[in-house]
Amino acid sequence: MTHAPNRRRWLTAAGASLAGLWLAACDKLTENPRSAAVLKSAEGLTRRAQRLVVDRKALAREFTPADVSPDFKANGSTNPDDPDYVAHAAKGFADWRLVVDGLVEHPLSLSLDDLKKLPGRSQITRHDCVEGWSSIGGWTGARLGPLLDQAKLKPNARYIVLHCADTLEQTLDGTGQYYESIDLIDAYHPQTILAYAMNGQPLPIAHGAPLRLRVERQLGYKQAKYVMRLEAVADFAHIGRGNGGFWEDRGYEWYAGI
Amino acid sequence: MTHDKGAKPAKLLVYRHAGVTRATHWINVLALSLLLMSGLQIFNAHPALYWGAKSAFSHPWLAMVPGEKGGQPVGVTMVGSHQFETTGLFGYSGHGDKAEPRGFPAWATIPSYRDLADGRRWHFFFAWLFVINGLVYWAMSLINRHIQRDLWPKGWQLQPAHVWREIVTHAQLKFPKGEDARTYNILQKGAYLAVIVVLLPLMVATGLTMSPGFDSAAPWLLDLFGGRQSARSIHFISANLIVAFVVVHLAMVVASGTWNNIRSMITGKYAIEAEPGVATPAATGDAA
Repeated sequence: MTHAPNRRRWLTAAGASLAGLWLAACDKLTENPRSAAVLKSAEGLTRRAQRLVVDRKALAREFTPADVSPDFKANGSTNPDDPDYVAHAAKGFADWRLVVDGLVEHPLSLSLDDLKKLPGRSQITRHDCVEGWSSIGGWTGARLGPLLDQAKLKPNARYIVLHCADTLEQTLDGTGQYYESIDLIDAYHPQTILAYAMNGQPLPIAHGAPLRLRVERQLGYKQAKYVMRLEAVADFAHIGRGNGGFWEDRGYEWYAGI
Repeated sequence: MTHDKGAKPAKLLVYRHAGVTRATHWINVLALSLLLMSGLQIFNAHPALYWGAKSAFSHPWLAMVPGEKGGQPVGVTMVGSHQFETTGLFGYSGHGDKAEPRGFPAWATIPSYRDLADGRRWHFFFAWLFVINGLVYWAMSLINRHIQRDLWPKGWQLQPAHVWREIVTHAQLKFPKGEDARTYNILQKGAYLAVIVVLLPLMVATGLTMSPGFDSAAPWLLDLFGGRQSARSIHFISANLIVAFVVVHLAMVVASGTWNNIRSMITGKYAIEAEPGVATPAATGDAA
């Protein structure tokens, strides 16, 4: 019995060392490219499973004006200092134009007024940040599907890349510029719009003025702000660091439906 | 069958756990441990919880935030309008130059450092393993009648007098011997069924409710749980209840014979002790 305290101390130390080993092992497995690839493989499974059980046209829930968040949080860039963007903002985006190019038959260059004449949609939806919080906001914008029909996608176009005006991270090779990409299922979803108004007002700079994407069945980082150019591509390996978006290049899932 | 030497009561090795029960148990141990720790990593990205569809940022019902006291950083946990100083555990933790504002401390999260993207990868990978493992368990345990035979309470076990007697003997850490040790008592059945039928499926359902993609296919989930932020809160509470179950479960394993229990979950064999004076059941106080 006199050994009991020693034994207890030994067991505590052994327990703590095991816990430490377990944590160190998990960190190592996170950093090892081979095990990281295994963990990452679940993303493809999730995307395929959701595409299988979720109808292509199934709508995200819409809310009433009474549900709108008074404190809608703005994440990422909230006031870009890129010179081109600052110049556009100073002129109230009067000379700003959205370029639509890449794998399209008819490249477009559209002003805000042009966009407002396109088939549009208003919706009050929930914005889910990857961090875990949600805010509800009302959006009005041009539906992406009809806009792409106007530009007429070439048969080999598979993704729409959204190039943005803001540099979210300073890098030497320019890969700190924000961009995102979605596939054609989401591009043609009825709730996918290029929004120029939020809660009945022109889109504020913090939320992406003059134009942001709303792709309602995915997380917040897919909702690209300060959109300057849509590029139809067959794949996005040559853009940024090749993963289809700013946050995707930094480890986040390309399919952000979960 | 084996018989111990000396004065010890006779022991009988019975086959207690089917192979599928043992395999799914240990896979669950692995998956749930990693899901818990990667889940805490995800929680740390926004260590605050709300009720309803959206986040009312100024009114979380639970939040773990950094604060300041006498010029020193402290961790503060807020529950409703109550505030608790939880430095080193919740809100602010770490030693030396690694001290930083964070919900749960480094030793509780995967990875140990702050990394939401990798935390999500761990979480969703093991969520798939957990779901597949759970489906195998459910299917096989219905087919081999483990759930109906071993876990579902018998009518007489639900009588209040019986339940109360089990609570009293359990609280005294008296464990059944002889024939009674072959089957689960009502408290075990209740605890196991609560986890298997309620808590674990609830984790999956509330987890899926947080997926904006899945919500469009099953909007009724949002109504069932009262909105995405409510689902996140219930996911967190239910994870805590599972941790509480595991703590009690492990305590009971130790109290009722550590190695015998662990062996039975590895090889399937469980040793039961014959009751002293087993020939006259009426002589024991608890024989009915």
